[in-house]
Amino acid sequence: MIPPGGAVFAASTSDVPLAFGGIGAVLLALAVLTAIADRLALTAIPLFLVAGLAIGEGGIIDFPVDTELVATAGEIGVLLLLLTLGLEYSPEELIRGMRTSALPGVVDALAGFVPGFVVGLALGWQVEAAILLGGVCWISSSGIVSKVLADLGRLGNRETSTVLNLLVFEDLAMAAFLPAVAAMVVGGSITSTLITVAVALFAVAVVFAASLRWGQAFSHRLAPASDETLILAVFGLTLLVGGLAHRVQVSAAIGAFLVGLAMADPVRARAARLTAPLRDLFAAAFFLFFAYQIDPGDLPAVAGAAVVLLVVTGLSKAAAGWYAAKRDGVAIPGRVRAGTVLIARGEFSIVIAALGASLADGPELGALAAAYVLLTAVVGPLLTKQADPIARRLMA
Amino acid sequence: MADVKETQLPGVGVRLEFTATDGAHVGVIAHRSGRRELVVYDRMDPDRCETVLQLANDDARTLAELLGASQVQEVYDVVQQQIEGLAIEWVTIGESSPFLGRSIADGAFRTRTGASIVAVVRGEETVPAPEPDHVFRAGEVLVAVGTVDGLAQLASLVNG
Repeated sequence: MIPPGGAVFAASTSDVPLAFGGIGAVLLALAVLTAIADRLALTAIPLFLVAGLAIGEGGIIDFPVDTELVATAGEIGVLLLLLTLGLEYSPEELIRGMRTSALPGVVDALAGFVPGFVVGLALGWQVEAAILLGGVCWISSSGIVSKVLADLGRLGNRETSTVLNLLVFEDLAMAAFLPAVAAMVVGGSITSTLITVAVALFAVAVVFAASLRWGQAFSHRLAPASDETLILAVFGLTLLVGGLAHRVQVSAAIGAFLVGLAMADPVRARAARLTAPLRDLFAAAFFLFFAYQIDPGDLPAVAGAAVVLLVVTGLSKAAAGWYAAKRDGVAIPGRVRAGTVLIARGEFSIVIAALGASLADGPELGALAAAYVLLTAVVGPLLTKQADPIARRLMA
Repeated sequence: MADVKETQLPGVGVRLEFTATDGAHVGVIAHRSGRRELVVYDRMDPDRCETVLQLANDDARTLAELLGASQVQEVYDVVQQQIEGLAIEWVTIGESSPFLGRSIADGAFRTRTGASIVAVVRGEETVPAPEPDHVFRAGEVLVAVGTVDGLAQLASLVNG
């Protein structure tokens, strides 16, 4: 949060007001974008990405922004995204989700991951980058999906519990996937990578078990705290655990996810309410900075691959959703709704792609992920709005 | 009463549904925030529902009263008339109550206000004559008996 030189308190330093001015102007622009997104009943993520591309190097305007400040804010944004995800579900819900949707979850994982991985290899990328692209194509955006479900009044629909359970499974799978790929990206020999991955997964399992066991007691201690105390405690704990997790190469984001998971009601509900505005602020910085680093000149080269992935993973995701809904006894119109609503990818695709920034194929991966998220986040919600007419055609 | 089917909606809340006598399929989505949605399922596409009503916390309670829980109010009126000076009060434990996670004994409410907590209602479940070591959770409703002043003191203590 402190700009380079730590001069945040020194009003006389001339570059601080300049840094504030730049950030302020960007935030105001983002505020306008979120208002537009609300109007269009979309989430703001695609618009943030476009804004980041526009102000970055090679973009429309070269805007004077303190990139170090935005980068740090963005990293906090990832932690908060994962924290609020952990706060979203109780450990019981995660376990139930894992039980009820294990098979559809695996089908869904293959439907998303395999096309991404194959396209990555076909582009001639190294295996690590292809695996990350698989991850980018796998995880549906729980942010976009839950917003679309609420906006379209589908929360009461039968297929909605199927969709939500599938999202829970994906999010839980992320808890294993993220630390594993984070360790893989660090590289080294195959054995050392395997050991790091094993250590990371073991750490996740230990913390998960501990949170199941002691989360309740821990939350009871926090329960009488005021809002002020609670937000400071939760935010502090998130950064601390995130930092520690990073030290042992478990990926800071997963540390934050586990902090969220460890909270039990009623503290969980309060913490979720208190951290949501912080997350919105910092996550905006994350999406902006991610796109800012992308050279728009790279986009035409990946546009073809992005469209291919949109079509292939759109169909395979829709098929996975169809299968999961059918398994729960939902009729054809509901299966089409479940399938199409899952097409949107968003925040976690970007989180996964950002992990690969240091790879040789990182810039291309970033550009492709941005293009892909832009496409699916717009096409997915539009398609699912048309789900019922599509279903009538299928049945006719 | 018809069979009520309960489905968990992770991250959202719970969906409760039943088939009414006339064949209509009715559901209630209980959001975690306390908001309620009343939905009716489509007869042609039974997986799909139409939201009929969005109810805030208090609205849901009001509607429940209107739909038939009004007997509770009648009983309450009778009790209050029978013993002059004695009142009953329902106190909801708010999310910011300083007594979350603490017990009845911790609060020493009878000593401080003269009012007694005679029952605790948690969702569908009622605990009559709760033990002093009963630990409060948000959303619980305390049923307390005492003087009007004592009950007012209790209410302001509980919700800080």
